Amino acid sequence: MKIEVKNIYKSFGNKQVLEDVSVTFEKGKMNLVIGGSGSGKTVLIKCMVGLYEVDKGQIVYDDRNFSDMDFKERKHIRQEIGMVFQGGALFDSLNVEKNIMFGLNMFSTMSREEKLDRVNFCLQRVNLPNVNKLFPSELSGGMKKRVAIARAIAMKPKYLFCDEPNSGLDPRTSIVIDNLIEEITKEFDILTIINTHDMNTVVEMGENIVYIHKGKVWWEGTNHEIYDVDNKEFNDFIFASRIMKKLKK
Amino acid sequence: MHTLFHIGRYCIFMKGLFLKPEKISVYYKQIKLEMIDIGYGSLGISVLISVFMGAVLTIQSVHNLVSPLVPIYAIAIVTRDAVILEFSPTVVCLVLAGKVGSSIASQLGTMRVTEQIDALEIMGINSSGYLVLPKIIAAMLILPFLILITMFVGIGGGWMAGSITGLINSHEFRRGLLSGFDTYNITFASIKVVMFAFIITSVSAYQGFYTEGGALEVGQSSTRAVVWSSVLILFMDYVLTQLLLI
Repeated sequence: MKIEVKNIYKSFGNKQVLEDVSVTFEKGKMNLVIGGSGSGKTVLIKCMVGLYEVDKGQIVYDDRNFSDMDFKERKHIRQEIGMVFQGGALFDSLNVEKNIMFGLNMFSTMSREEKLDRVNFCLQRVNLPNVNKLFPSELSGGMKKRVAIARAIAMKPKYLFCDEPNSGLDPRTSIVIDNLIEEITKEFDILTIINTHDMNTVVEMGENIVYIHKGKVWWEGTNHEIYDVDNKEFNDFIFASRIMKKLKK
Repeated sequence: MHTLFHIGRYCIFMKGLFLKPEKISVYYKQIKLEMIDIGYGSLGISVLISVFMGAVLTIQSVHNLVSPLVPIYAIAIVTRDAVILEFSPTVVCLVLAGKVGSSIASQLGTMRVTEQIDALEIMGINSSGYLVLPKIIAAMLILPFLILITMFVGIGGGWMAGSITGLINSHEFRRGLLSGFDTYNITFASIKVVMFAFIITSVSAYQGFYTEGGALEVGQSSTRAVVWSSVLILFMDYVLTQLLLI
């Protein structure tokens, strides 16, 4: 199982955001897309899930060319995708239970009891039991992220996209969320792509790291290789803080 | 060019609403909820406006039609026809453009900037169809009934004001109400309301759906929704009056 990004270009007006980006993401690895603010990593993820249309190039999900599909054809692939948004993107008007059940209500033929069982299983899996009736406004930042993960896995996705899953969280909760995503990836055998600029995530989990700079793929490798990279932009980004510089030494 | 862009995008947006629904039962449920929200939620303000509108209309008509040549029951005729033909369908819908329109635009705008609409799309749901179509259908179904209530209440307000002030007694008012009543006026008003309901919901939804930015832009979308809905209601009011009443 893999997702191939082939020579994609994306611009907004006169601004070229992605330029000839080619990269392959495979199952079983923690795939990280990293880069500074405005580097184009969120645009890349949004192109991959079809929220933005690419100007040129292809996005291929297991030999299925997503870029050339129309809305109806994409629907099948989209039902195999789970996404955790930066802010959670939980539906404000629905409680936790209904948020997680939303996709099941729309696409499954499960009975109410079966759907409820699935919701409770997902909530247990993200270590959030007994919050079914709470609304998003009643949840903390970390809880929102966990509910978002629960919603993303409710439909048993093949592909999981996480857009800065630990932004705005304290370091301890960030690690909890990172570990949770890693566990879920291995346990459910899914292809996970995480968009992040959290260095702890990069060092701890980066089994396949793609560094985007100025809309181009600048470097690709693993967390073990980041210390030996001879690339100024990459090193300036990764080892920006004193503690990271010490770590490199 | 800018206007043409919006007209084109509005047409594409409208086309997107009518793609096959993912699950029809979910849409039915949404329509029922929206009917309660739009109809019942607007009942209080609509009734309040109508009572005072009818009362003011009666008193002003008395003030303007003081003549021995004009029978006193003509006041009720004027009140009735003005309320049915114009005040209830148009003025109440203008108020609803403010209440319902701004609510729809800000709701969808907030969903857009907090990526909730993106979340729907990634699930494979036709987000515009799911979020907007039930609102449009609900408004087109429920607003004619709401306006019918405001017609009764508006005329009631006129009768009350006439009786309390002693300008026109109940007997004369009733006589005026029954004099030369044309039921086509109700049909005409209902057609107008259905059109206005479509304008309010679709224009406001369009403004909210394509919001970009943050809280400031959500506010701007909401304002644009009210302004454009109001302008289009007045324009459509003229067109329909010309087409259906002359």
